[in-house]
Amino acid sequence: MTLRPRAVVYAFAALGLVLLTVLAFATGRFPLSFAELGALAANKLFGAGYALPPSAETVVLQVRGPRIIAALLVGAALAAAGTAYQGMFRNPLVSPDILGVSAGAALGAVLGIFFSQSVLVIQLGAFAGGLAAVAVVTAVGASVRRHDPILALILAGIVIGTLFGSAIGLLKYLADPYNQLPAITFWLLGSLAAVAPRDLAFALPFALAGLVPLFLLRWRMNLLSLSDDEARALGVPVTRLRIAVVCAATLMTAAAVAISGIIGWVGLLIPHAARLLVGPEFSRLLPLSMLLGAAFLLAVDTLSRTIAPIEVPPGVLTALIGTPFFLWLFATARRSWQ
Amino acid sequence: MAVMLEARGLGYGYPQRAVGRNLDLQVRAGEVLAVLGPNGGGKTTLFRTLLGLLPAQAGALLLDGQALDTIARGEVARRLGYVPQGHAAQFAFTVREAVLMGRTSHVGLFAAPGAADRDAAERAIRALGIGELAERVVTELSGGERQLAMIARALAQGARLLILDEPTASLDFGNQVRVLRELRRLAAEGYAIVFATHDPGQAFLAASRVLLIARGGARRQGTPEEVITAENLRQVYGVEVRVVPIDGTNVCLPVLTA
Repeated sequence: MTLRPRAVVYAFAALGLVLLTVLAFATGRFPLSFAELGALAANKLFGAGYALPPSAETVVLQVRGPRIIAALLVGAALAAAGTAYQGMFRNPLVSPDILGVSAGAALGAVLGIFFSQSVLVIQLGAFAGGLAAVAVVTAVGASVRRHDPILALILAGIVIGTLFGSAIGLLKYLADPYNQLPAITFWLLGSLAAVAPRDLAFALPFALAGLVPLFLLRWRMNLLSLSDDEARALGVPVTRLRIAVVCAATLMTAAAVAISGIIGWVGLLIPHAARLLVGPEFSRLLPLSMLLGAAFLLAVDTLSRTIAPIEVPPGVLTALIGTPFFLWLFATARRSWQ
Repeated sequence: MAVMLEARGLGYGYPQRAVGRNLDLQVRAGEVLAVLGPNGGGKTTLFRTLLGLLPAQAGALLLDGQALDTIARGEVARRLGYVPQGHAAQFAFTVREAVLMGRTSHVGLFAAPGAADRDAAERAIRALGIGELAERVVTELSGGERQLAMIARALAQGARLLILDEPTASLDFGNQVRVLRELRRLAAEGYAIVFATHDPGQAFLAASRVLLIARGGARRQGTPEEVITAENLRQVYGVEVRVVPIDGTNVCLPVLTA
């Protein structure tokens, strides 16, 4: 448990991420060799001449580029938010949608689809819905006195999430089964297939606005894993710190959900795996969690567009990979939290 | 010796439900105050009030002569350390990391602990003789080891006044003795100690003063010899006890036959 093994873990994660990214650029319906990718990079970076068909450039820059960046961004954001929520709720089984972000975002997006709005409005609806859900949940949690504040938050999250879930169910029932219902289903399962550079420009500022406070509070976050009385006695304004972290993690999750739809498991699984590798100390955990989250979602998304003639929704793949992995963690590795 | 913690006419509890009224209390440097009382007698409520976690309902509560509720939370943490009962560890922090958390009030909001904080944590770990546990994770420690780590965390805070909520609860016999020994040693170094316990015998072993709280709020305060008497224990706990002198101290011997 000295510094060196940890450095090795970071180095491996970073190296793996770079290799995966190159691989993701190369594979797909229109395969590109590493030499072709290298020639293209040399041309774009240093102005070197090259002899590739223009379609190769389009594939790399217009199709795969935004999609790969989106996978990295969404994966890192969901993992970071999950890391923050798990530390804050002192529970490694918590995921970023514990406070109803996903349910709220889904309802916002489904409303947008139901009323046949543009993609931008649907994304804005997802984003606003996610924030609104968490705002309602925290307000309910704070108004329920005489209960453990964390339990109150989680119960409020479950109740509001269920309510939003019924609203989504109703909208699905009422939606036009030929146009809207497939769009809704597609969105609820999550996808990076339709990501455009504009989506990234929309989501990136919000994701960063969430990441910066988490990064700045990276050591202080550890204190939220103590009981409220302990943390207060150590001089931490617990309530304010918790609100700040909830806001930051929610911004990141909502930004991610707005561009990718709901992709489950990343925010639950990845922080957990990262904690097994470097321990629970948040300032070490956060960067590794983001690296692994980015790599995991990129791998999943690359699989989702290559393993079958049609795209497999990444949410289905994360669940297929996540469930056995999580059960294995659950059965074997108790060390990380007990 | 300087009065570190003082309550004058302190009322504690909740707005709708007073738990205790009119408590006068002084804790000086070098003193160990044992707080005894039955379950549900309000010890924890009193401690939370003394720590500034619950607002006082009446009277004055002074830390180093200054009203506690006028001192910033971080400043309180540098003077007053809290060792909770049975720290429930959820995550596998190492002892060193857990003790370092005691430095929170010395570390800037956006900063991580620096070399001075690491030194303070190391000193606290050494002071409790748990150097060999430093890289162990708190979730795998025994109850006694974890309690010592939590005391080390309070020392790392830089606090000279420590409040410990039942520090020997659910510890085996050897660990109870070890914790009591640490409390006495710290007092000899000039720390002021307040600890809750369910064992009146511990007051004779480790305390210089005793606060005995009966259910309903009746209290007795004084030296262990004055307060821990067969009569007082019968009134507060409703059981027969003999207080027997042995080797210059007293022990409490419950009488089991009616």
